[in-house]
Amino acid sequence: MFQSEGLIHGRDADIGQRKDSPPRSRALGPGEQATRNNSPRLTRAKLVEWALIAVVVLYAAGLLLAPLLAIFWGAFAEGFSAVARELSTPDAVSSLKLTLIMAVGATAINTVFGLCIAWVLVRDKFWGRRILNGLVDMPFAVSPVIAGFMLILLFGRTGWLTSITDALGLKVVFALPGILLATIFISLPFVIREVAPVLEQVSADQEDAALTIGANRLQTFWHVTLPAIRWGLLYGVSLTFARAVGEIGAVLVVSGGVSRLTETSTLFIFRSLDDRNYVGANSMAVVLAAISFVILMVIEFLKKRTEETRMT
Amino acid sequence: MSSVQANLNAPQRIAPARISIPWGRWGLRATAFLYLGFMVALPLATIIKNGVADGLPIFWEDVTNATAFAALKLTLTTSVIITMVNMVMGTLTAYVLVRFRFPGKGLLNALIDMPFAIPTLVTGVMLVALYGPQRTVGAWLTAHGIQVIFATPGIVLALLVITYPFVIRAVQPVLMEIEKGQEEAAYTIGASKFTTFRRVVLPTITPALITGSLLCFARALGEFGSVVVVAGNIPGVTLTAPVYVFGQIESQNQRGASAMSILLLALSFTLILTVEWMQGRNRKSHVSK
Repeated sequence: MFQSEGLIHGRDADIGQRKDSPPRSRALGPGEQATRNNSPRLTRAKLVEWALIAVVVLYAAGLLLAPLLAIFWGAFAEGFSAVARELSTPDAVSSLKLTLIMAVGATAINTVFGLCIAWVLVRDKFWGRRILNGLVDMPFAVSPVIAGFMLILLFGRTGWLTSITDALGLKVVFALPGILLATIFISLPFVIREVAPVLEQVSADQEDAALTIGANRLQTFWHVTLPAIRWGLLYGVSLTFARAVGEIGAVLVVSGGVSRLTETSTLFIFRSLDDRNYVGANSMAVVLAAISFVILMVIEFLKKRTEETRMT
Repeated sequence: MSSVQANLNAPQRIAPARISIPWGRWGLRATAFLYLGFMVALPLATIIKNGVADGLPIFWEDVTNATAFAALKLTLTTSVIITMVNMVMGTLTAYVLVRFRFPGKGLLNALIDMPFAIPTLVTGVMLVALYGPQRTVGAWLTAHGIQVIFATPGIVLALLVITYPFVIRAVQPVLMEIEKGQEEAAYTIGASKFTTFRRVVLPTITPALITGSLLCFARALGEFGSVVVVAGNIPGVTLTAPVYVFGQIESQNQRGASAMSILLLALSFTLILTVEWMQGRNRKSHVSK
């Protein structure tokens, strides 16, 4: 019920915008519009317009669409059964499972902590805020390989924290905790960076009002803050998930790549390429591309919703 | 009148917060600090300590040996090239998306986000599937003496795909804000489309264009997943800096890996901080308006 109501509302806003723009150009006056339509300068402008559109469409299609079609061609070159065979090997199945588990885990952790950090950054004005704000962007600046390398330096044989993890009987590097930490690191900023601007738009007055009428902090968050930021939050969550599913550099360094144990789907592709198993690599690439395609559609939908919330 | 009201409201707004949650607020602060400290600050500290542990001369030697230097040079040249291409093509794409209407526009707009969603490794696999020597387009190109995959053009192509959205997504919202009326006013007083773009549109979008380009450059510096697949990684020829770091880690040369990492980190930190500084300045100028 609520969903469909929102959709209709969204469509209305869209139509409103579209209706809005032509009259603005017509505001010059109907007579002028007619003469301009017939003038040779306008047809030349129209020609330039179509040329520019053609350049952009061809560039984008060549850069993005052609390679996308090529992996389908590469995967199905030996027929549908070859793809099915490659994807049903125990290695492929377990790698896909591991990828999904790691992505869900990293996304959940980054969502919870991301919400905390976003709230602190927006609502809490204190001396350490700028430091936090700077730290948040660091994972974007760090090459994924370097991110993985940091974990080796921390938890590897001579690492700073190795004595602690050894005492706990925990193996981090070349094991699942290392993969999880690497995935968390590289996807850390998304939730914070998407939630913070939306949270800024939600006035603190509403939260304070809820508090004054006796709601506790958690109730206020649940009933007032969360509904207001939900689209931005979901947008951040889907970006986090997409990044977590597709990570290679950091994971490659820390995983050790033991097939069926610490091999994620991207590592599976990497190994298949090394073994010249192109059908296997392309098939798994198609699966990951399909997952990202779904995420992309979710993102497109959510982006429209966040823009609407920001406007209102 | 309204400002007086706002002043009256201000102390009331703070009051409930001050009474109810000092410990909750401190708890959240502590969580934020601990999480970012453990996940981000600590790893960064380790790598910096490891790289300069043996003194600066050795650090310098590690980043200026022939292979490392060639890798750094390749990464910087390719990143500069793709940033320049993106400045032109990104601005053009954003302009076309905002100003013109044509069939398939929605599809194009969605397609542009593809590099954000698709794994970089998959991008590399795609490019090999298209331009690899035994493949469709690749076979034709090889027959004509052009090698894309396992050569520098492949690296440039991979980086172009990965960084395509950055300039567009930075410039697009600014373009949308420019009143179409301003451009039309320029036409009516006789300016050509190009002059209008140069004199009216370009000055307005410049800060966003620079922000987008810097982000794109920073991304290109660290790119690994797509490049490692398409580059061939021949030391001194097609080995980029991030792939060089990977090679050093694999061959247990932690110091060499740390040294190059520090250099890359310093570069991209500077870029990201510049972007943040610029965005902060823009926000202020918006507010003062």
